[in-house]
Amino acid sequence: MALLELEDLHVYYGNIHALKGVSLHVEAGEIVALLGANGAGKSTTLNTVSGLLRPRRGSVRLEGDDLIRVPPHRIVERGVVQVPEGRRIFGQLTVLENLEMGAFTRTDPQGVKEDLERVFTLFPRLKERAGQVAGTLSGGEQQMLAIGRALMARPRVLLMDEPSMGLAPLLVEQIFDAIQEINRQGTTILLVEQNAYMALQVAHRGYVLQTGQVVLSGPAEQLRENPEVKRAYLGG
Amino acid sequence: MWRVGLVFGAVAWFVSLAGLVEALHARWVVDGVFSAGQALLVLLLAASGWVGARRSGATLAARLGAGTVAGATAGFCLGLLAWLGAHVNLRAMFINASPVLFELLLRGRPPESGWAANLLVGAALGLAGSLVGVAPAGLVRPLLAGLAGALGLGLFQDLVLLILQPEALTSVREWLFVAGGGPTVQGVLAAATASAAGAGLRPAVKTLAPGASLPPRAAQVVWSLVGVALLATLPVAGGPFVAQVLVIVGLYTLMGLGLNLEVGLAGLLDLGFVAFFAIGAYTVGLLTSTGEHGIAHWSFWAAVPVAVLVSLVAGVVLGIPVLGIRGDYLAIATLGFGEIVRLLVLSDALRPWLGGSQGVLAIPKPVVAGFELSGPQHLYYLTVVASAVVAYVAWRLQDSRLGRAWMAIREDEDVAEALGINLVSVKLLAYGLGAAFAGVGGAIFAVMVGSVFPHSFQLLISIQVLALIIVGGMGSIPGVLVGSAVLIGLPELLREFGEFRFLVYGAALVAMMLLRPEGLLPAAAQRRELHAEVEAEPQSAQLAAGTATEGR
Repeated sequence: MALLELEDLHVYYGNIHALKGVSLHVEAGEIVALLGANGAGKSTTLNTVSGLLRPRRGSVRLEGDDLIRVPPHRIVERGVVQVPEGRRIFGQLTVLENLEMGAFTRTDPQGVKEDLERVFTLFPRLKERAGQVAGTLSGGEQQMLAIGRALMARPRVLLMDEPSMGLAPLLVEQIFDAIQEINRQGTTILLVEQNAYMALQVAHRGYVLQTGQVVLSGPAEQLRENPEVKRAYLGG
Repeated sequence: MWRVGLVFGAVAWFVSLAGLVEALHARWVVDGVFSAGQALLVLLLAASGWVGARRSGATLAARLGAGTVAGATAGFCLGLLAWLGAHVNLRAMFINASPVLFELLLRGRPPESGWAANLLVGAALGLAGSLVGVAPAGLVRPLLAGLAGALGLGLFQDLVLLILQPEALTSVREWLFVAGGGPTVQGVLAAATASAAGAGLRPAVKTLAPGASLPPRAAQVVWSLVGVALLATLPVAGGPFVAQVLVIVGLYTLMGLGLNLEVGLAGLLDLGFVAFFAIGAYTVGLLTSTGEHGIAHWSFWAAVPVAVLVSLVAGVVLGIPVLGIRGDYLAIATLGFGEIVRLLVLSDALRPWLGGSQGVLAIPKPVVAGFELSGPQHLYYLTVVASAVVAYVAWRLQDSRLGRAWMAIREDEDVAEALGINLVSVKLLAYGLGAAFAGVGGAIFAVMVGSVFPHSFQLLISIQVLALIIVGGMGSIPGVLVGSAVLIGLPELLREFGEFRFLVYGAALVAMMLLRPEGLLPAAAQRRELHAEVEAEPQSAQLAAGTATEGR
């Protein structure tokens, strides 16, 4: 059984049919990339998994349990956590307070402490700036903080929405290294990216969305070689 | 720089023609010599010099010159007003353009030369103002404190006279005040010297005082004991009027603490907050009244918990329909709720139960162990205890898990939800607990007045509570106290300005937003937001020091 399974999802914004029957699955331990142009439905898919949007039809299953009628905060408790698009850190709170907010649903202080150390090991910059107001961090540091905050919930599945958005190339490399490291430590990742080149470097498998439908899927190497993908997303 | 002068001149025209100068002219700062109205104009002219100097070039001469020009321009505006008043009948349009005003502006000179005198006085005051701007702070602070002390004695003379009422203090009273008039010259000088000396010696006292050598813990205890003693004796020393003002400040503090949970912590703008105050008051009224609308004849103490509970439920009930509304829309929806509650209690349909516009009468005073808390001097203690309890609860809530959740939804609702915060319960708790705090205030209000009417619960109260939170500093508990003392207490004490209260109030709010937008006593997060560039520096330095010691 797949860890996370989406089946025939139909999501509407008012009368706009945003997802037209999306089906995909994520196995435990994988990094799965979700590619596509603007408006293809990538973020809609993630928000539906998080429970922030409710599909008109279809199902989202975590280890076979349906998540559709589960409220968002319970979904976080079950281990599905999102790193939102555009970072969206709490700008007025300090770095440490942001990380603590990530552990909001946790009830094991000892485990929270361990995870804080883990985040600080992953992103030493955050440790240096623990007492600093998050709004004064650079873009790359804010992205690290957003990822660290999500990790504090100790997720089994991490949903990442455009982690490379608006970052300098060097920082993009760092963020993707961190993504691979997080995955190696045992967290399953569903990654939404416009930067298809980077995403297919780190992912095991990928799906390509187009106007609300999955048009291509397969192992990452295979997608990298696919002429359609090359033409549309890899600029070759 | 003449532009700064024109702005201040326009302000001077406005306060003159609105009648504020004349109203203040009735009050002596120095008996027979100098009135509060004149003080206002003098302050405006000096302020124009100060602002003018601050805005101009780097050299000393340029700044002093700019200040003088600004002051002279503002003085010229005043002179022009006096000249106009002598030649044109302004009174047809501005009813406050009275002979008294022009007499005050010209000081007995004919209008043809009077304007020139105004120009010269303006220039001199502008120069003085710009000198204040360039002088070192160690010199300016005692000077300004002295001026404030002198003005304060005049403005709050009723209060001071009230405190000096006892027979034993007659000689002090006669030395400070002319019988039936304003402060004497020596009284003003004494007040000014005392304030100036206080401000000048403060740094020295701080390092030398015994309090400084005490460990901080002990100093804290000493200061809180002094605070408690002061709180306990204030109404006794000040008499019923001061006690009454303090009770009102206390009631606004209670409401402010409640609204602070909603607006300051959770970021939920609520403009109908007075509704919960009304619900608390009506609940106590109906449960305890011995009049025709009383339903239970309970004691105050039995009714208070019910009032709090009813307010809490009302808060949750308001919260449910507005859960999905944000920002401006939320403000409008809650505004509607406040009006709905007021109109309901006013309505004829509910008249048999709530008394319509007649309200609920004959609410008995609370009784403690056979002792009736009758006047404001007794109710004051009830208010202080209630405020202290509520402030403690608010303080504990702020640092709790719930407080964190509120801060998170204030900053970013969507992310808060994505991090596992249950928006529904957290928001409803903010509305409910905020409303419960206001309910406590309403309960005390009911027994203070002895009756409740719909007209006591106007929209203006909601706005005042919101304003006091903003002035005090959003999300800050001491800020609520300071805000209600400044915005509610001061105007109550200066009540004789009556119709100008809201003019002054509005001007104070605008000045506040320009000069100190984070509030008088801001919470840490707000200070960080509005002064991020100032704070970032020392914090990172501190942190660097921290990591350096860790590394060792």
